[in-house]
Amino acid sequence: MKKMGYHNSIPRKLYFSLALILSLSLSSFSQDAQPVVAAAPVADAAAAPAVMQGGDPVKGKELFNANCAACHKLDAKATGPALRGVGAKYDKQWLYKWIHNSADLIKSGDAQAVKIYEEYKPAVMNAFPQLSEGDIDNIIAYTMEPKAVAPVATVADAKVPGTEPSSGGLSNNIVLGALLLVMAILIVMLLLVNNVLSKIAAANGIVIPVKAPKTSQSIWKAFAKNQFLVLVSSIFMLLAGAYFIYGYLMQIGVDQDYAPVQPIHYSHRIHAGSNGINCNYCHSSARVSKHSGIPSLNVCMNCHKSIAEVSDTTATEEYSKDFYDKEIAKLYKAVGWDKDAQKYTGKTEPVKWVRIHNLPSFVYFNHSQHVNVAGVECQTCHGPVQTYEIQKQFAPLTMSWCIDCHRKTEVKMEGNEYYTKIHEQLSKKYGVEKLTAAQMGGLECGKCHY
Amino acid sequence: MSSNKKYWKSVEELDGNSSIVEALRNNEFVEEIPTDEFLGNNDALSSSSTTRRDFLKYVGFSTAAATLAACEGPVNLSIPYVVQPEQIIPGIADYYATSVFDGFDFANLLVKTREGRPIKIDNNKMVGAKFAANARIHASILSLYDSMRLKEPKIAGKSASWIDVDSKIKSSLASAKAKGGKVVLLTNTLASPSTEKLISEFLAKNANASHVIYDAVSESEALDAFEMVYGERALVDYDFSKASVIVSVGADFLGDWQGGSYDSSYAKGRIPQGPKGSQKISRHFQLEANMTLSGAAADKRVAMSTANQKQALVLIYNTVVGASVPVTLDVKYKAEVTKAAQQLKVAGSKGVLVSGIQDRNAQLLVLAINQALSSESFSTVGTRQIRKGSSQKVAQLVAAMKAGSVHTLIMSGVNPVYTLPNSNDFVEGLKKVSLSASFSLKEDETASLTTIAAAAPHYLESWGDVSITKGTYGLTQPTIRPLFNTKQFQDVLMSLNGTVGTYYNYLKANIASNAPGTSWNTVLHDGIFVGTIPSSSAGSANYAAAANELAQSKNAAGFELVLYTKTGLGDGQQANNPWLQEFPDPITRVSWDNYVTVSAADAKKLELSNEIVADGGLNGSYATITANGVTLEKVPVIVQPGQAIGTVGLSLGYGKKAALKEEMQVGLNAYSLYKGFNNVQSVTLSKADGVHEFASVQGQKTLMGRGDIIKETTLEIFNTKDAEVWNKQPMVSLDHKEVKATSVDLWSSFDRSVGHHFNLSIDLNACTGCGACVIACHAENNVPVVGKEEIRRSRDMHWLRIDRYYSSEETFAGDNERKENIAGLSSSLSTFNEMETASENPQVSFQPVMCQHCNHAPCETVCPVAATSHSRQGQNHMAYNRCVGTRYCANNCPYKVRRFNWFLYNKNSEFDFHMNDDLGRMVLNPDVSLRSRGVMEKCSMCIQSTQATILAAKNAGRAIVDGEFQTACSSACSTGAMVFGDINDKESQVAKLVEDERMYHLLEHVGTKPNVIYHVKVRNT
Repeated sequence: MKKMGYHNSIPRKLYFSLALILSLSLSSFSQDAQPVVAAAPVADAAAAPAVMQGGDPVKGKELFNANCAACHKLDAKATGPALRGVGAKYDKQWLYKWIHNSADLIKSGDAQAVKIYEEYKPAVMNAFPQLSEGDIDNIIAYTMEPKAVAPVATVADAKVPGTEPSSGGLSNNIVLGALLLVMAILIVMLLLVNNVLSKIAAANGIVIPVKAPKTSQSIWKAFAKNQFLVLVSSIFMLLAGAYFIYGYLMQIGVDQDYAPVQPIHYSHRIHAGSNGINCNYCHSSARVSKHSGIPSLNVCMNCHKSIAEVSDTTATEEYSKDFYDKEIAKLYKAVGWDKDAQKYTGKTEPVKWVRIHNLPSFVYFNHSQHVNVAGVECQTCHGPVQTYEIQKQFAPLTMSWCIDCHRKTEVKMEGNEYYTKIHEQLSKKYGVEKLTAAQMGGLECGKCHY
Repeated sequence: MSSNKKYWKSVEELDGNSSIVEALRNNEFVEEIPTDEFLGNNDALSSSSTTRRDFLKYVGFSTAAATLAACEGPVNLSIPYVVQPEQIIPGIADYYATSVFDGFDFANLLVKTREGRPIKIDNNKMVGAKFAANARIHASILSLYDSMRLKEPKIAGKSASWIDVDSKIKSSLASAKAKGGKVVLLTNTLASPSTEKLISEFLAKNANASHVIYDAVSESEALDAFEMVYGERALVDYDFSKASVIVSVGADFLGDWQGGSYDSSYAKGRIPQGPKGSQKISRHFQLEANMTLSGAAADKRVAMSTANQKQALVLIYNTVVGASVPVTLDVKYKAEVTKAAQQLKVAGSKGVLVSGIQDRNAQLLVLAINQALSSESFSTVGTRQIRKGSSQKVAQLVAAMKAGSVHTLIMSGVNPVYTLPNSNDFVEGLKKVSLSASFSLKEDETASLTTIAAAAPHYLESWGDVSITKGTYGLTQPTIRPLFNTKQFQDVLMSLNGTVGTYYNYLKANIASNAPGTSWNTVLHDGIFVGTIPSSSAGSANYAAAANELAQSKNAAGFELVLYTKTGLGDGQQANNPWLQEFPDPITRVSWDNYVTVSAADAKKLELSNEIVADGGLNGSYATITANGVTLEKVPVIVQPGQAIGTVGLSLGYGKKAALKEEMQVGLNAYSLYKGFNNVQSVTLSKADGVHEFASVQGQKTLMGRGDIIKETTLEIFNTKDAEVWNKQPMVSLDHKEVKATSVDLWSSFDRSVGHHFNLSIDLNACTGCGACVIACHAENNVPVVGKEEIRRSRDMHWLRIDRYYSSEETFAGDNERKENIAGLSSSLSTFNEMETASENPQVSFQPVMCQHCNHAPCETVCPVAATSHSRQGQNHMAYNRCVGTRYCANNCPYKVRRFNWFLYNKNSEFDFHMNDDLGRMVLNPDVSLRSRGVMEKCSMCIQSTQATILAAKNAGRAIVDGEFQTACSSACSTGAMVFGDINDKESQVAKLVEDERMYHLLEHVGTKPNVIYHVKVRNT
């Protein structure tokens, strides 16, 4: 396990205070230095709209996403066939009929329809009588658009909301650079001044006396002779040493920021951030059980059955689309999903995730108590997970961290019948309306240790 | 200029031609140093590619690597399901209703599973589920994870496939048919309607086949008697709650007699009920030879040999029926027996008589007496189906096997090589059988001798059905996938019958006839179905003749050996279960052994003795037992108070060797003395050399007149006097005034009026000492097993112990009186000395003691690191991770309930019990931490379960109702002796029990204010 730096270390504090001073004094400079983020041209907008037979591809895209995307993709086979260029493959009137009611068409014995049905059995396409012929035209227009080549370089700058660094627009590198610049200017100025002064002195014929070597003792010897100073400084050194050793020892077993390499590169940024999937959708047992649960692979497949590759906009500078697609392929391998045949092969191999939050076995922690009863946000303990490309341990998970929260957090009692009587009695006892977890007995040893 | 001086190293250099000079010039030493000898094998050394330098490099590297590796924490993996089963949520327990059937124990159960593995057994509390789990059934969950189980089918000792097994049996059946050889199915009592149907189908298909039922511990005589009278091979299901007078003649009905599970109906009649001043409990007379649980619970116990019991039974018959069969009974017993008989007669339909005498005539008289009383407790409707064995048929089978007329023998659930008294005959006969198969959990004594050792699944992995009593129907469902390559006897039987499908399909298909008017899913969910019970016709037999015949019985020469089964091991099926081996016998408090129990008078005569030696362990003499040419050597002796003079007791179920870990191979096989399936044998007993070291958990025998530890009173005093008389409050002196001990306090008290305040109530009247709670506690709290040696060193880890006390006088009241009458020091010394010895026929009391969860706990104040602390909910917490192991707390605990981990008991090969193998560790409760070496532990009042109950209510947003809070012990207690709950809920049962007049605290004068309460024991003497 990775060892983390002592989080109260003095150098770090000094560094931050320096950064703070600089950010105040040189704010105008730093703002100038900030790189201008160019508005990235959206891929779709860049591609020239190929208007087909009066259909509007923009409207078509909306309709496609609302009605078709659950089973169809443009360029890959999903539950149903890939739809790019479908307008060229089939007769339009036939398509209207098929989309309005495919079952009728199959029943009527239409050769084309039966062929498709046979190929994608047992999946049957839903009937869409609500789509007008115009709507269908629009959708076809959308599907007839040529495949856009993603301009990867520009995509990198299209930041996902919530992923911006939260340091107030002043990155550490800029601060350092500014500092170096100031130093350099100072040195140059001093040299120049010195140069000018000596030139003036030479011109005026003043001889600068060369300093005679000191005959007195060096400072170190003087220091060694002053016994009081030696005593005071050694006490100081010892105390400082003890402080740092204590600090070092206290972080043993605290694995804050532990971010191991996982067998599948799973990005919470994409799932919880960009796609806004609720934490409880995958970690469903957090509501009812002590474990939040790592979702089983069938949960992944609820969506990934039809998401075999990431969209072009998902890729970042660091991780390419190709990289993400390969990770999805790993999932398919583990769960035994044949992407081309759209079938489970039955050959599975469980994913061996590396556990990040390792509570010692003598600690009892229950997710449902916190998530369901107390209504604590996941982010309170797990940090801004929706921004994490790589999941890490956010909280120190030390006992003092638990207890601090139990001391401060008020118990959510409203609407929970369990608390009705207890709340009444406790509020009478403490004379307050709101009670903390500690007042409820949340600090007792046996509540977490048994 | 350099010096020309030459320095001589030795005189030899004078001589320029000396060989030594030459040698020294080339070598360091003149003579060759024998390095080869020192280094060992020179060839191996020279051929080795590792040079010294390399070696040092490796040492350096590995040291550095080890140091670096030690800095790294472990990387833990989390492996989720690929497809998560819908009903399994990690961290949430699932419960399945099922039934246990192993031929000896039957019960309706609820099995708790976590992440798909069963971890604990609870009682099924549905209406109609009368059979509760005993200690063995609670422990059976560990037998599922027994690493010594038979893991695959074997043919002639070699692993084989089930197809081979199937075809082998089929071809043998065919050849039996061709040759006209007999086919025999030898099974234990099945009590399974579907299996019985399968067997009858099998018998119909194979005309030459027969089915023999064999109970290792026979109830054959009682079955025969009942069959004679009522025409049905079954046993009466008594209801002791309806009886006001219970007379038991040698029947340990609180133990394993006729299938056991009578304690809950018995206990119902033992808790005083009715209007104040005229409360009633049943009166229980017990005539018996060994000291049993029933004898301990009895109001009046008469110790007498079985021969005398027979006479007594005739005497009772005479009194109740009005006959006058001549009886030869010693005068000293006559008065007591007559008194019991008369009270029984007066009680009429409220009386009941039971007997455990293995004699058909005696059992006929039991029927006659109960018929004559028209006893309400005695019902021939809804009979017990759980004993069916016929000793006669088994004897015939062994004879037929010896004669070579049995061609194919298929066994299931039996181990006759171990359990038959004439097992040599059986082994001999087995050699003449052309094909034998044994369906067994273990490769036991029998399965290792049969052609086919068929690996059978544990009941927790099986499908099945069971009809424990007539009219009830329970299903058994698997709670885990079979751990090994096992197959059920029934599945094989179906394949032999040519029935398609699995046994599961078969059960489902037959549900309509077995449980009419309900659905498969309902029965599966409930685990039990109660149907309409057909009433049976009354029957009769020639009772007078039976009485006359019984009256002829005489005391045998020598000692009368009474064989019995122990609460822990029973018939010995689960001998490889460390929980049961370590379970102390409720009466003798000895674990890991069986022994011969001898009365004090006989022990004195034979110079047999028990003594506590300097290390605190119990030592005992050895004896040799001889009966009918069979000799048991070196049988350890326990001097048992209450053992009838002239009788000795010895328990069955020990001395097993096959498929047992070495530590479990304890005791002696008493089945070898079980001749003719009669539990009473005439034996000779003599002292043998040597001293046996027992593992006993309780050294002291008597209460020494300390009546405030177990408060006892009689029903008469209880009804007529004030509570102050029979439940005296301890007083202390404060400012030279006598005040109640509870009113004096050193501590300021917590405010416990808010939230929950847990109390555990233990009614000594209802407690029978059965020990189900002890094992349930083990299962729930991951209590380690420490082994015989450690138990002897008093390092047992039981969180809950059941103390057993004998009276040193005839009664505990007599003890108290004697102590009161002590005057002066010399009298005190001599009297207390005498009071250490238990009476010849003492009263016995049980007292379950666990952490008392004192509100003012002495342990908390002495802990230097505050590892044990108090909660507002009344539980005394123990933070293992904080404990540094000073053991101050254990020393300061007045109840001695704290247990210290002297060693690491898990994953330690020194303690090779279930916690040392991955399979056995599957039984561990994931909600309770495993304790490491050097920390103290104790009863937590099942805080994991109270917290879980609270959380369940919070999650659902509802208040908690009474009865939801349970500890492992209280939910295992089928007698209702233990009640757990929240006393801040004034409507709860436990809150009412706290207010009861019988309530007292253990060692109340110490002022610890415990949260465990006891109720004064009332005896109806």
